[in-house]
Amino acid sequence: MSSFPHKHLLGLEDYSADDILKILDTAESMKEILARPIRKVPTLRGVTVVNLFFESSTRTRISFELAEKRLSADTVNFSSSGSSLSKGETLLDTARNIEAMKIDIVVIRHRAAGAPHFLAHHLEAVIVNAGDGCHEHPTQALLDVLTLRQKFGSVKGLRVTVVGDIAHSRVALSNIHALKKLGATVAICGPATLIPRDVAGLGVGVVYSIDDAIAQSDVLNVLRIQLERQEAGLFPTLREYQKYFGVTRTRLEKAQRPLTILHPGPINRGIEITSDVADSEHSLILDQVTNGVAVRMAVLYLLSGAKQ
Amino acid sequence: MELEGNVLGIRQASRLHLVGARIVDPATQLDTVADLMIENGVIRRIGSTEGGPGEERINLAGKLITPGWFDLHVHFREPGKEVAETIASGSLAALNGGFTGVAVMPNTNPPLDHAGIVSWVKNQATPFPIDLQVIAAVSKGRQGKELVEMAELCEHGVQAFSDDGSPVASSWLLRHALEYANMLGAVICEHAEDRDLAANGVIHEGAVATKLGLPGIPSVAETLGVLRALLLAEYTGARIHLCHVSTAGAIEWVRWAKNRGIRVTAEVTPHHLLLTDEACATFDTSTKTNPPLREETDRQACLEALADGTMDVIATDHAPHPFEDKASEFEQAPFGIIGLETALGLCLTHLCPRYLSLQKLLEKVVAMPRQVLGLPPVRIAEGEKANLTMIDPDAKWTVAPEKFLSMSRNTPFAGWELKGRAIGTISHDRYWIRDS
Repeated sequence: MSSFPHKHLLGLEDYSADDILKILDTAESMKEILARPIRKVPTLRGVTVVNLFFESSTRTRISFELAEKRLSADTVNFSSSGSSLSKGETLLDTARNIEAMKIDIVVIRHRAAGAPHFLAHHLEAVIVNAGDGCHEHPTQALLDVLTLRQKFGSVKGLRVTVVGDIAHSRVALSNIHALKKLGATVAICGPATLIPRDVAGLGVGVVYSIDDAIAQSDVLNVLRIQLERQEAGLFPTLREYQKYFGVTRTRLEKAQRPLTILHPGPINRGIEITSDVADSEHSLILDQVTNGVAVRMAVLYLLSGAKQ
Repeated sequence: MELEGNVLGIRQASRLHLVGARIVDPATQLDTVADLMIENGVIRRIGSTEGGPGEERINLAGKLITPGWFDLHVHFREPGKEVAETIASGSLAALNGGFTGVAVMPNTNPPLDHAGIVSWVKNQATPFPIDLQVIAAVSKGRQGKELVEMAELCEHGVQAFSDDGSPVASSWLLRHALEYANMLGAVICEHAEDRDLAANGVIHEGAVATKLGLPGIPSVAETLGVLRALLLAEYTGARIHLCHVSTAGAIEWVRWAKNRGIRVTAEVTPHHLLLTDEACATFDTSTKTNPPLREETDRQACLEALADGTMDVIATDHAPHPFEDKASEFEQAPFGIIGLETALGLCLTHLCPRYLSLQKLLEKVVAMPRQVLGLPPVRIAEGEKANLTMIDPDAKWTVAPEKFLSMSRNTPFAGWELKGRAIGTISHDRYWIRDS
């Protein structure tokens, strides 16, 4: 196989369509491994991975850890629920300590945008971004496009709308990059106060009505809405949000044909999405989770530079 | 006080003979190649001069002599954060960059808000041949509540007041600060920003912030702050100076105010003239500053305003921070860019003569900064005290922060190739000249 042209996965902005497709193809092979009776291969034996989670996370952390174990890597976990922004050791010192312990791959989740880039600048190790602030969450977007490709055969030409708090979402930004590069038409939908400035530069359309979004989409990727945004004065109430932006069965039934539903989780049932939508046959939410392990295996494998 | 570690080789200008430089001074309409004879720090003769015994003769053929440059906006961090900069290191950085005068901002810890501490700061600078002016705080402790003892501070040589780092906290206080300062003939230097709107922003709000997922500072936060300052200056009839203007919106209002006769002056920094938020795209914390690097349209507006005179002053907002503070996540890193040792080279390489003539440039870095502070003009004429910056206009050099005399390294211009460099200064009866 030809070597992968990136050392790190910091975000999808600087990945090409070919890079993304290569990860998806590799993830399909990984899915086969996951379907075997013994779901483990020796590919990353002798490779040490540290999972640095400076922000609480359940599914992403477990998903990465499983991916590492399925590939036989040695894994170490570090979690710090408190803010590293105001107390304790600096990120630079943490990074230098990791360096001193001879780690090969660092998977980092951090509340500060650019934290993985900072590590990449100061460390020799391979850096994988597991979500940085409101910037990117590349493996989430990769598993989203993998899930769509499995359902539709190709992402090209699909009309996808990302719904919710776009301004504070790393999932939205990575999704926009991945979907656009693979030829989808992407729109964003949410209250004006949760749409970032100058999104035109991202090449996406903006709709402020969920009904319009439904009418013009094949897929909705519904984001979690956080109570703290309401408390910051960005929208009036969760009740009003649900009423005007919530994805409900009644709304979806007005569409010409069924829409496919994605959600990166965790779900606020009854707020951004109703249970009957989240649990319907058109929801791919659990497929996303399954694909997450395969995609992360693919990323770790390709970045480790392992040869088959 | 003795001058410790005299890295620049500063010495007395007892009998100095500067030969063959081009001498340019807009104030005296001088632009000629001539010799300068300086005796005990005073210009004795301009023109062809004969050598004499006991004099130092310096060949400056092909070089440039201008009146001493003045930086109206610097932070020297002493007292309080001496690992970033001291008055000594800042003074040396200024001289190394060709500045014979600076105005230090009062946001130290404790702040420069009473006569005692102002005198102490000025005293720290006396070993250096530099005119160090203190801009005192507007409010006690920079708390935005009560005015400092402005009249007494003016008696101790203060001519300007600022809560820089922050805007004057309330419109009520700014109004009264303007009235009280006006009575004293002093000026308020306003860091114009609506803090509610700027909120927790760390970068200009626009396409780059959106792509990086960083909280933005909208340009309208500055525009609103500027408008408040202008309207209160008009209402009180007082004079106001606007620090580091960075947005097209604010510039339009400054232009409007000047046409209307409001007593306003304004400054712009080299980094806002030469960089945009695109420079932040790699999360490089040396590009993090407040006001933030803006968009290309703002940058173009700054250049235009500089050329048409809407911007009166080029000031660096020299804001040193130690490595450990800047080597962090972008959101956590402190705001600030150092500028004393790059400004002259940047101006000569990128601004002059493309956007303004040398004469115009000198107005922005020599005459106007001193005029804003009510200082007497510096002139190159026989009988005047020598206050000069010596420049090699053809020197090509690369910005190498590790060679700065500033204690800090936080510049986004590292590695830039520049043409034109300060090679010496003369003021306060003393001079230094770079070994070439």
